[in-house]
Amino acid sequence: MSEPISALNHASFSGIAMVEECGLQGMITLRGDLSDKVLAKAVKDATGQKVPAQREVLVKGDTGVAWMSTDELLVLVPYAEVEAKLADMAGALSGTHALAVNVSDARAVFSVSGPSAREVLGKVAPVELSAEAFQPGQIRRSRLAQVAGAFWMDDAETFRVVCFRSAADYVFNLLKVAAQPGSEVGVY
Amino acid sequence: MLILNCPYCGVDAEETELAAGGEAHLKRFGPGSSEDEFHDYLFMRENPKGVHFERWRHANGCGKWFHAARCTQTLEVFGTYSAQTTEPPQEIKDAITAKRPGWTWRNLS
Repeated sequence: MSEPISALNHASFSGIAMVEECGLQGMITLRGDLSDKVLAKAVKDATGQKVPAQREVLVKGDTGVAWMSTDELLVLVPYAEVEAKLADMAGALSGTHALAVNVSDARAVFSVSGPSAREVLGKVAPVELSAEAFQPGQIRRSRLAQVAGAFWMDDAETFRVVCFRSAADYVFNLLKVAAQPGSEVGVY
Repeated sequence: MLILNCPYCGVDAEETELAAGGEAHLKRFGPGSSEDEFHDYLFMRENPKGVHFERWRHANGCGKWFHAARCTQTLEVFGTYSAQTTEPPQEIKDAITAKRPGWTWRNLS
């Protein structure tokens, strides 16, 4: 079996914020009725978390669950466990109208950290990122310049950014430019 | 810049996050309809100066379609509402009436 490698293999850049490709992250897209008890139990068994409310993200380390839309969740699990978790989930959901798919290898994950992390993201996404408007625990799906992406905050100075693997190089270069040394704007 | 509130994810999304989907509340005339009906369904669109109803999709976001009522003249947004409806809800109509008394759009007023 060949060894799986993430899109940019932990590439990193240090400027006004630290931009890092996080490596492999197990991800399962789960679609279905979010008020369904069977689905809630499947999420609980896989991640230990409840079904998140609108735009809520419940993540500890590399395990958790994020609200993607009214009928879609993103389940995060360690990369090595994704097949087992997916099989459990598919089994648990067999009687309900729901779909769980392993999308781990279709995504890239970055972390942007440092006191200016809000500014770096603010430059590339059309989103209000002031401390009053965006806090850890919230997820925002938006665009990163020209490609789709989603991000949430692990803590007050760390963003986790998810995009399609095919756009990983673009997003990394984009974040690098946004984090160039000396490019602080000072709005947040 | 147009900013619409997505009724599904509750985000105030600006225009570049959205995809325009054309006129709202079209009734489809497919096989079995007359040629005139099909022609009107396919080609005839409202192009008002003032109150207008449109479909939008939160493309770079939750991906859901929704409806928006806005003014094409001032870009004022009267409200957004669910896509699962064939006509605007009463509160949207009331909001428009409050700002534009006597408005009409197709068979709505």
